[in-house]
Formats: sequence, C-alpha cells, structure tokens
Amino acid sequence: MEGKKIRVLIAKPGLDGHDRGAKVVARALRDAGMEVIYTGLRQTPEQIVETAIQEDVDVIGLSILSGAHTHLFPKVMELLKENNVEDIIVMGGGVIPEEDIPELKKVGISGIFTPGTDTRDIIKFIKEKVK
Amino acid sequence: MFDKEEMKKIKQLKKEWENNVIQKTLEHFPERKDKFVTGSGKEIERLYTPVNLEESDYNKELNFPGQYPYTRGVQPTMYRGRFWTMRQYAGFGTAEESNKRYKYLLDQGQTGLSVAFDLPTQIGYDSDNDMSLGEVGKVGVAIDSLKDMEILFNGIPLNKVSTSMTINAPAPVLLAMYIAVAEKQGVTPDKLNGTIQNDVLKEYIARGTYIFPPAPSMRLITNIFEFCFKEMPLWNTISISGYHIREAGATAVQEIAFTLADGIAYVDAAIKIGLKVDDFAPRLSFFFNAHNDLLEEVAKFRAARRLWAKIMKERFGAKNKKSLMLRFHTQTAGCTLTAQQPDNNIIRVTIQALAAVLGGTQSLHTNSRDEALALPAEDSVRIALRTQQVLACESGVTETVDPLAGSYYVETLTNEIEKQVLEYIEKIDKLGGSPQAIEKGFIQQEIQNSAYQYQKDIEEGKRIVVGVNKFKINEGSPKGLLKVNPEVGRRQVEELKKLKEERDNHKVKENLKLLEKAAKTDANLMPLILNCVKSYATLGEICDVLRSIFGEYKESVKL
Repeated sequence: MEGKKIRVLIAKPGLDGHDRGAKVVARALRDAGMEVIYTGLRQTPEQIVETAIQEDVDVIGLSILSGAHTHLFPKVMELLKENNVEDIIVMGGGVIPEEDIPELKKVGISGIFTPGTDTRDIIKFIKEKVK
Repeated sequence: MFDKEEMKKIKQLKKEWENNVIQKTLEHFPERKDKFVTGSGKEIERLYTPVNLEESDYNKELNFPGQYPYTRGVQPTMYRGRFWTMRQYAGFGTAEESNKRYKYLLDQGQTGLSVAFDLPTQIGYDSDNDMSLGEVGKVGVAIDSLKDMEILFNGIPLNKVSTSMTINAPAPVLLAMYIAVAEKQGVTPDKLNGTIQNDVLKEYIARGTYIFPPAPSMRLITNIFEFCFKEMPLWNTISISGYHIREAGATAVQEIAFTLADGIAYVDAAIKIGLKVDDFAPRLSFFFNAHNDLLEEVAKFRAARRLWAKIMKERFGAKNKKSLMLRFHTQTAGCTLTAQQPDNNIIRVTIQALAAVLGGTQSLHTNSRDEALALPAEDSVRIALRTQQVLACESGVTETVDPLAGSYYVETLTNEIEKQVLEYIEKIDKLGGSPQAIEKGFIQQEIQNSAYQYQKDIEEGKRIVVGVNKFKINEGSPKGLLKVNPEVGRRQVEELKKLKEERDNHKVKENLKLLEKAAKTDANLMPLILNCVKSYATLGEICDVLRSIFGEYKESVKL
C-alpha cells in the first residue's frame, strides 16, 4: 500500500494577478502524485490559513510577484503560529530579491523558489520535508 | 504569385534536390532534431520555396502598405515617415517619484508616456484599504485621488505628449482624472492623445485585476467608447491586449486568437448599445507581446493585421478605412527574462524588439534586463530605451516597408497562423463568444496547458534557455536593484487623511449619490464619474459605489 498522499495548498496572497507560476507548480505537484488545492487570486493571509487548516494540508506554497511578500509572507507565518499549526511547511515563490530571503527564512519559510526554478527541485524539496 | 510552368519546374527541381542532395547529406550529417517546430507547435519544413505560396494571391492577401487587408502595414510609408513611438511603461512609489522618472525618460528621448499603476489602484482600492497592505506603490504608482494625478503630470504638458494608461476595471475613473488634470493645464479633452487599456476580458483570462462581473464591465467599457467618440476624437478608447495572455503561457497563435475574439466581443457589445461600427472602431487599438521566435512573431503581427481587417469588413460591415486597421503597441516578453545572468536579457529584448519593428508596430516598450529580479533600475531602463534607438537609427530595417514580405517562410507562416487563429475563433464563436468561453474556463485552460507544456519542454531540455538549463555559471547576487521606498504606503495614507479633511465632503457625498442613482439606470456614467473626480472623491469611494450596485467578480479555477 502507498502511504497517505501529500496535501499541498498553492495560494496567491495579496492583489497580484500573475498566476502562471502558481498554476504550473500546482500541476507539476499533482502530476508528481500530490493532492493539490489552488486558492485562486486575491487571498488574505487569514483566508489562506483557514483553508490550510480546513484542508488539512502538509505544505503551503505562496506565490507573489508584486513585491508584497515582505508583508504578506510573515503575516501568514504569524497566523499559523496563532492557530497552532506551525508544523505546516511553508514555501514561497515569485519575484523575490535575494536580499529578502534571509528575513523570510527567519520567520519560518523553509524554501524560496525564484524564477528559473525546475519544478523537480520543488517536488524533491517537499518530499524531503514531509516525512 | 508564380506562373504555372515555372511552378512545375520548381517542384520538379525541389524533388530532385531532396532525393539527391538532401538524402546524401543526411547520411553523413544528420540534422540536430527529428522534428523542428515553431513556438506554437507547428512543424517547420527544412526549406521554403515558391511551392509553399502556390495558392497565394499578392493583391488579395498582401496588397500595398496602407491598403486592405493591411498585411504589409497600416501606413503607406511606415518608418520612412516616422519611427514608432518609444514608450516605456513606468511608475512606482509616489506620484512625485514617478513624475521624476517620466521627466527623465522624456529627457532621454522617449516619445510617449506609459503609466503603471499599483495594484490597489488597478483594483479600485484606496491606499488605506486593508486589502492594500504591502502593495501600495509596489508595481506602479499609487493614485487615490485627483490630487495624486495632478502631481503625477506636474510640469508635463498634456497637449504635447501622448499618454498610455494601463488601467482596466477602474478605467473610467482614471480617464476622468486625466481629463481633469488636462483641464487645469488649459487643455481641452479633444486635444488629448493617448490610450486607456480598458480591456477587462483579458483580466478575467490572464491578468487578474478585475473588479465587476462581465456585464457591468462591458457597460463601463462601452460608456468610454461612446464618451470618447463625442469628446475625445484622438483618444484610443481601448487597448485590446494579447500581451498578458501570452505572458500567462499562450502560444503565438493563441495570443492572437484570444485577443481578436475579445475584440469581436467588444465590437458586438458596442453595436448592441446602439453605436455605429464606424463611429467607434477607428479608436480601437491593440497590444501584443514580442517573444523570442523572431520570424514566427513577425508572421504573427502580419497575420493579426490581415485577419482583423477581414473581420471588421466581412463580419461587421465596417466601411471606414480606419475601422479596418489593426494598430498595435508591443512589449517585449517579460516571461522570457531570466534571473540568471541577467545581462543576457538585453540580447533577448533586442531580438524581440526587432520582431516588433519588422512586424510593423506603432509603439514599443522594451523590457529592462533586471525585471526578473525587481522593478527596473534607472540605468537598466536607459539601456532598454537605447535598444530601441539603435534599432531605429542604426539597424537599417526601418528604411523600407515590411522588409520580410515575400520570404517564402514568413509568408507561409503568416498564412498558417491566420488559419489556426481562425479555427480558434470559430471554436469560440460556437461557445457563444469570448465572455462565454471565459466563463466556461475554455480559454484559461488552453493557456494553462500551453504554459505547462512550455515548462516541461524546458525541464526535459527540449527547449533551451541560455543560462537556465544550459551554459550555466556560478554567479554572485545582482547589484543595484531598485527598491521601492517602504514609507510609500504610510505617506499615501497620511495624504489621504489630509485630503478628506480639506475637501468639500458635502459635495463629494452628493456626487457619489448621483453616480449611485445613475448606475442603476443605463445612463453613460463617464460624466458623473468626472464630477466625482473633480470634487476629489477618491478612487476607492467611486469604485465602492459601483461595487454596491454591480457586485464583484469571483473567478473559478480549474487546474
């Protein structure tokens, strides 16, 4: 018997409409055998955390290309902590300048994937983290 | 285009060449790939000859520049008369900062302005709205009221520049603000030159800054058509956009197909409210992407021009020559820019810009090398603008009209793209038109499939991206990136508070009430929005009124 499928929430926080990357990653993860839920655009951090809890996901993938990641990523992390679900693994993607990465890792985002990432690296990352 | 005897001979000689020369060559030097394909997945032949154009009719399909079906260009002399408008999309932070960037670009020889608004502005939220948190001034300039717009264009004479504004769902509000600023400069609306994007269908498809559901959105769009027909004869009332559709992953064929299908929907909507096609169609404009596949892109632009002319003439019975002409702005493909070895992007942009010029664009934005990393820094923007200037002044491709016409390959591709686009349009017609095809998710899914395929091709090494999946190096982190001042949000909120204390709030309330009343009827809302704007009602206040009557759109996504 196979183990339980890894459950992933791909989310678009904020007002950014660039969803090509989010959708491509969602499909790649699904093709790799994971259960993927995609939120659609314009989600508040509250909505994202609520969905993550409802759907009982192992991983949240946040995608932002508008530059609002410095506000919205930490906000999601804060809410996860408040709701006692810090065990959910959070990764982020989009146009994220390198100098912002240490700060995002500090608040608990465990993987940041910038333009040019191979989806197989994301799959590997998730499989290693979720055990 | 060739006589029968000649054609017979070419066919025979081609066969001999294939059987003798090619066979032998392949035995010793096999080709790099089993199959060569265009970006749209169409197989490319080894060699194109007159045989591929056997059925072509020069007078019917190509004709002369400035003549139906405009395959060879919308103007008779094209760039021999005047270069395209060099128009760099810019805006970030506050109105003051963006105003400074515009003046810099104009000083550097740019010939038109293109305003980028931040996301709250594009979605009709004021800077102090909860949804605006972290987004104020990030991807464009923050505009809350006429006051910001006055600062944005301070010292820029609006009767001398043409301005393009990338604004869609709240387009009537920003257009009203532009008119009001011009009025303060003593410039009447009939003298204003420029473009408002005003294309909400592609927001549902690909770009994401929608507010209202399709029906009221179509109403606001056609309100602008009608208003401008009467008041702003030089203004482009819409920029029907394939750019974002392509960025979302569409192929060249899909880009043109979905854009023209949207165009058909807008023309239908305008006719439905009683406008005459030749009254509004001359002010429709288009916006396309220039991707890497140089020759396919050139063919794409030519095919789009020809097909739109046919659609306007045959489907809508347009008579005015200007209604038949597809005039377009081009932007190089942001999605091809790499974060790795970013200077290589200068070369990609050059190829893409060349495609736009060879394709006969009316205006052009060239992306900056650092845009996969951040908003572009000033020196990167300058190189991007210089790229256009080198093409215009040094490359020589501007010296004759439509120089690639007659290339067996380019003409064949032009024909094929037209055919494939037409097949898509027929499919969309069967679904009930573009709004219905969007609602059913058909268009979005076609694009998603292409995007996924593109990514898979890169990961499987079928598609090479230099510096990403081949020719990689270890590099340090990039330097000199632009950082938007994080204080922007706070400053904008403070200014908004001040504005609400200083303005005549009674007047604002009254104007918003009038707008609310009119929104419930089928009146043209432009004059009412103009009054709201002039009394310094904020963008958010105006959009909230419209939200309360029209409701909000909610997307449903199928992966």
